[in-house]
Formats: sequence, structure tokens, C-alpha cells
Amino acid sequence: MIDQASRARRAAGAAAGYIALIFVLALTAGPFIWMLSTSLKPLADQYDGRLLPVRPTLANYARLVKAAPFLLRQVWNSFELSFLNTLGQVLTCAAAGFVFAVFRFRGRDLVFSLLLASFVIPPQVALIPNFIVFSKLGLVGTKLPLWATAFLGGAYGTFLLRQFYSSVPVELAEAARVDGVSLPLMFWRIYLPLAKPAASALAIMTFTGTWNDLLRPLIYLPSQQKLTTLTVGLSLYQYTYSGQWTFLMACAVLAVLPILAVFFLAQRQIIEGAALTGIK
Amino acid sequence: MQGRLRPLGSERAWLWIMLAPTLAGIAFGTAGSLLASGVLSLTAWDLINPPSWAGLGNYARCLGDPKFLAAVRVTLRFAALYVPLCVALSLALALLLNRGLRGQGFFRAMFFAPSITSAVAIGLVFTWIYAKDEGLLNRLLQVLGLRPVNWLGEGAIFYAVTIANVWGALGEGMIVLLAGLKAVPATYYEAATIDGAGGARKFFRITLPLISPTIFFQVIIATVNGLQAFEYIYMLTRRSQGESTMATVVYLIYRNGFRWFSMGLASAQAMILAAVIVLLMLAYFRLEKRLVVYD
Repeated sequence: MIDQASRARRAAGAAAGYIALIFVLALTAGPFIWMLSTSLKPLADQYDGRLLPVRPTLANYARLVKAAPFLLRQVWNSFELSFLNTLGQVLTCAAAGFVFAVFRFRGRDLVFSLLLASFVIPPQVALIPNFIVFSKLGLVGTKLPLWATAFLGGAYGTFLLRQFYSSVPVELAEAARVDGVSLPLMFWRIYLPLAKPAASALAIMTFTGTWNDLLRPLIYLPSQQKLTTLTVGLSLYQYTYSGQWTFLMACAVLAVLPILAVFFLAQRQIIEGAALTGIK
Repeated sequence: MQGRLRPLGSERAWLWIMLAPTLAGIAFGTAGSLLASGVLSLTAWDLINPPSWAGLGNYARCLGDPKFLAAVRVTLRFAALYVPLCVALSLALALLLNRGLRGQGFFRAMFFAPSITSAVAIGLVFTWIYAKDEGLLNRLLQVLGLRPVNWLGEGAIFYAVTIANVWGALGEGMIVLLAGLKAVPATYYEAATIDGAGGARKFFRITLPLISPTIFFQVIIATVNGLQAFEYIYMLTRRSQGESTMATVVYLIYRNGFRWFSMGLASAQAMILAAVIVLLMLAYFRLEKRLVVYD
């Protein structure tokens, strides 16, 4: 009797749980579905208010391809910047994380605490002085300011990699040393390949962060369609194609798709990476 | 502190070579730019004519400028709504995903997806959902027999923008809190069940205290993000001329610095924002001692 009652209560609890899950799913997936659905409607049907397109069409995407010189250029710019930022962050943060985790030397703790202090400084504070330096160097309007600073390490990535390397037994470095391996080789051949889980978490976060960035490309690149990134391009389209929701939603799909594809391929790693960095 | 190995011979030089990018980053990115912003905020400079000394003029101008004061008010009001909503809803989602229901890996991925997608693209989708006449939200209201709302008009826009921002941030908070929940030893709950504790009691006596460090961390992250929110605000509140109908401090820094090239004024505003963030952090860490339980 008691057993039956508790089983019934558990089933009711599970049902309530699923109702809540599906409700939240509708809220999180809703905008994505609405975006996709609108992008598949002909312009004449954009206000029909239906969830599923009555006359599904790829016309908006065909129009996208026609605007291709701009758009493909923007996709390429976004990709190039995301790739360079990822490369720079992974290399320099892993190198610094390795040095901080494995060695004990004079000045280490001072440098590390200076690095951590930058967690508190909002990035807007660096925005203006950095812009002035790049503008005096004549580099505003080029892509260089948008990736060069990624090669200067960073608090977040270095901390992540240092935490990871701290769990590696120091005997590994000692053994390599006995074999006469120099420090840069030790990093490149042994420690960098070892850091795959932490480094890929950092890589994915840097890649998506750069791909989605709005403020910095807005500041450094001229607001011309073919010279800017996909996100800035989208924000320009907002007014150029004002009211043409079917076309705008097709553009939004294009901006969201590559990131969602990466996400569903490497979902576990991304989520574990996010959890790793949040817990400390 | 880790790092037990003492560098030998050439390693001593290599260490610093490998740290060189990081050192340059500290000089150029953080410590150096804080110093530079501090100095710049005391000047008037348009990048073309030579800078002139302004003393505290920029700060005085900020404090006397109704536009800036309105932006400070909007920013604080936004954060005051955004932070508790973000943390409470992320926690609710994490609890929902921690019940051992089947298929939670799928739901976890779906709930997380908004966090990594472009806020600009989704911001565009939200402008469509919020559209005055034929937007999805107003259609739903009409189906329910309610009057349509001008979501992006004065008054409602504040809530519309907050909802979009919270929507974009929930996934990340949820994942971090979920990891915190998973770290609570199951034996605690078993012992409480034997003692006859109910669900609510377990939540307030075990779960909440044990994950309070993670919640605290999440409050900090949400506060920093809330005070610096930009993308959704840019997409939802920008008019065709570029000014915002809900300008935050970051929005003004962007406009003053990079559209009008008032470097001194923008630096002063950035310094004020930094000071607000640092003061809030100090207050949080003070509260932490009272509210957060460590082991």
C-alpha cells in the first residue's frame, strides 16, 4: 500500500518535472524556431502568424546568396578573426599556465596576482587606451587590432590552464629534464598536447566569443558591408532591410548556424568547459 | 601554491620568454590601460588636436549631465532586475535538471544553446518577436484576449530588453549551478531522509548552504555582465541615427569615445563604471562572509 502510494507520488513528480522541462524548452527553442520558420516563408506571408510556413520557400536564402560578395566576405572575416583569436589565446595562455603551474621562481606570484587582478577591471577601461594606441599606429580600419591582443595571454585562459596543469604530477617535467629536453620543447611536445580538455574548452569559448563579438569590430572596422564581420553586417541589415523579416531571419540563421553546428558536435566538451571555469 | 620545480640554467631565461606575451598583456591590456584611462580622463582630447589638461572637468561634466545620470540610473535599474532574475532562474533550471529525469542531457543542451549563439542575431529575432503590430508576442496576447503592447516603446522596452538579456544568459548560469549541485554528496540527502526531512527542508538546510559559494560566484558574474550589457541593448534600443532609447553607461562610452571621439569624457565614464563595479564587488565580499558557507 505504502509502496504503491509512494510510487504514484513519484510518477506525479516526474510528470510535473517533464511539464516544466517542456515549458522551458518552448521558451528557449521558441525564438530559434520562429527565426527558422520566418526565414522559410515568402515575403507576402511574413505576417501570417503561422508556426509552419504554408508555402515554404528558399527564396530568402537564394537572395542571401545573391548578396554573396558581401556576405561571404563577412563570413570569412568573422571566421578569420575567430581562428586567429583562438590560436593566440590557446598558445599564450597554455604557455603561461604551464610556467605558472610547474615552476617556482622569483616574481612568479607577483605576476600571477597582477594577472588575476585584471578579472575585476572592466574591459571598457582598456577599450579607449587600446584604440588610441592602434589609431596612432595607423591600424584602425584594419583587422589587426581585432586579433593581435589575443596573442598577449589573458587572465581567464591562463587561470584555466594553470588549474589544469596543477593536477599533472611534476615528475613528468623532471623526467623530461633528465632526458635533456629544453623548456620550450617540453611545453610544445609534452604539455601542450596534454592540455587538450582545458585547451579545447578555452578554444571553443574564444572562437564563439569572437564570432559573436559586436563592440570591437564596430569600433575598429569601417561600417562598410564588405569590410566588416557578420555580426556588424547583421546590425547594419537591421535598418537596410527594415521590415523585411523573412530576409532578415535568413541572415540571422546564417549567423547562428555555424556556432550551433559546432555546439551540437562538441556539446559535451563545451558544457563541461563552461562548468569547469565557473566552479573555480 | 603549485610549481615545485626550480628552473635551472637556460630554463631561467626561457620562463620569462614564455611569459613575455602575458607580461605585455598586463602592460597593454589591464594594468597599463587602467593607468592610461585614469590619466586620459583628466584631459580633453579628440585624437586630432593635441590633448589639453581638463583636471576633474570631465567628471564634473558627467555628474552635471542629465543624460549620463539617466544612463547610470538605467544601468543600475537594469542590473537590479537582471541579476536576481538570472541567478534565481538559472538555479531553478539547474534544480529541474538535477532530478535524474530521463533525457536531461538533451534538455541541458537545448537550454544551454542560447548562451553561445550570437546576441546580435538573436537580438534581431527578438525585435521581430516584439514587433508592435504583427510580432509573435502581441499575436499571442491577442489570442489570449489581451491588448497588444508596444514592447519597444517607452516603458515596456526596459522589460523587453531585460527579458532578452536574461534569456541569453540563463544557460551558462544553469550549467555552473548544475555542476555545484552535482558536487553535493548524496549521503547528506540520505541522512536527511532517514531523519524524516521533507523536500523543502532538504533544499533550505542542505542544498542551499552547500551550493552557496557557487551561487555567490554566479551573482558576481551576473553583476559584472549586467553592468556591461551591450549587444541586446544595441540591437533592441538603437534608433536609425545610432542613439539609444535606453542608453546605458557602456552605450554612452561607446558613443562618446568612438562616434564623437571625446576620449577624455569617455575615459572618465569608463573609470566611473569601473569604480561602481569595484565598489559592488567589495560590498559583495563583505556580505559573503555572512551569507556564504564554506565547508
